[in-house]
Amino acid sequence: MTVSKFWRNIPQYYNLIGKKCPECNSYYFPPRDVCSQCGNHKLEEHKFDGRGEIVTFTIIRTPLMDPEGEVIDIHAQTIPYILAIVKLEEGPKLTAEIVDCEIDEVKIGKEVGAVFRKIVEKGPHGVIQYGYKFKLVR
Amino acid sequence: MTGIIGWGAYIPHYRIKAEEIAKAQGQDADTIKSGLRIEEKSVPGIDEDSATIAVEAAKNALKRANILPTEIGAIYLGSESHPYAVKPTGTIVAQAIGMSNNYTTADLEFACKAGTAALQIIYAMVKSDMIRYGLAGGIDTAQAAPGDPLEYTAAAGGAVFILGRENIVAEIKDTVSFTSDTPDFWRRAYQKYPSHGGAFTGEPAYFKHIINATELLLKKVNKKPTDYTYAIFHQPNGKFPVRVAKKLGFNNEQILPGLLVPKIGNTYSGSSILGLAAVLDIAKPGDTILVTSYGSGAGSDSFDIEVTDQILRIRNKSQSVQDYIDNIKYIDYATYLKYTKK
Repeated sequence: MTVSKFWRNIPQYYNLIGKKCPECNSYYFPPRDVCSQCGNHKLEEHKFDGRGEIVTFTIIRTPLMDPEGEVIDIHAQTIPYILAIVKLEEGPKLTAEIVDCEIDEVKIGKEVGAVFRKIVEKGPHGVIQYGYKFKLVR
Repeated sequence: MTGIIGWGAYIPHYRIKAEEIAKAQGQDADTIKSGLRIEEKSVPGIDEDSATIAVEAAKNALKRANILPTEIGAIYLGSESHPYAVKPTGTIVAQAIGMSNNYTTADLEFACKAGTAALQIIYAMVKSDMIRYGLAGGIDTAQAAPGDPLEYTAAAGGAVFILGRENIVAEIKDTVSFTSDTPDFWRRAYQKYPSHGGAFTGEPAYFKHIINATELLLKKVNKKPTDYTYAIFHQPNGKFPVRVAKKLGFNNEQILPGLLVPKIGNTYSGSSILGLAAVLDIAKPGDTILVTSYGSGAGSDSFDIEVTDQILRIRNKSQSVQDYIDNIKYIDYATYLKYTKK
């Protein structure tokens, strides 16, 4: 991801900023301009507090490559890692890594909370991209 | 009155035992453990650094402070492991906790006392009415070369404090510093690991600066060691703070609640202020706390702090230091090398 694209998305990555439809109470993450339920164009900004549950998950055992075919270093170091679809309390689902737990601790339906972590650190010269991951609520 | 209105700590989930490091270094674990008085140390996850640690600690401090993050006018963070050489950690943390753009920040570095240097700056800014609220913190993911004795103690963690003039839970009554040009420990530009003067880090460095700063403070506030409920001294290992406390006239009952190094290691810029956070987790209204940090290079900052009855209102709004000490996972030396990118 380019630096400028990452910068534009910082509110979502750092603060889980999405949208809420004040007409029908639908929530969106990532944010969108028009409510897909009622067609309302005047959606409000909503900060998700990051609580949710695991809908499904998989274990990644192959490091992620960037479009140029280079291994993204942070993932080369962390394999195997847990990638899950998390359903936030307000409803939206998102894909994120589950950290600070053993693979066999992760179960569908388990409660999770958002944490702030490094997502991509492309070499010693590149910008560090931070964002949300999740950990089990213990 | 100026003081702490919220505090927050964060210590990573992972630990490595001294035995595991001793095995890799071909040393006798019992000799190391009794010499350094350390059992284990915290290790950052592969995706953690000083910015992520500061964000989690700051979020915990905000839960207690009961203010909007947009009301914070300054953020100063001390560390010797800022993620960037050029780009302030404070900007990342401010964005992540939801501060406005109307704030000032700069990264601080003064070995293990950069956190208390941040606390002094924010204290002065709040006291002078330049800002209403300010955030100060000390965090580190400390580095040590494989085979260096520092590897047994160099750890990760930090604490953050929000200061204000209303709803104070711990009043900072006074602070002094004692500073000199003493090259006991350093890291040159572009070097991955620090170097140090071995035993030279003791008497002319750690002990001289902590004793002088503490005695300057005691004289200034006209108090004696027995006037304090708790005392916290910088914790590079488990031996030095106990010895310096004894030299100054403090007893074990005063220092043990804030002595975290045997279980988490030396969190450098976070060390003495994590001790303060642990004491605030248990302190009662009216308790008095003395904190003296030490940073190689070298200097000490000493603080005279008094707990107010407001502390009971906010203490349980966030995780305690003990929560982070209890919730851990042990890793082996190979995993430790991977996580610390050695």
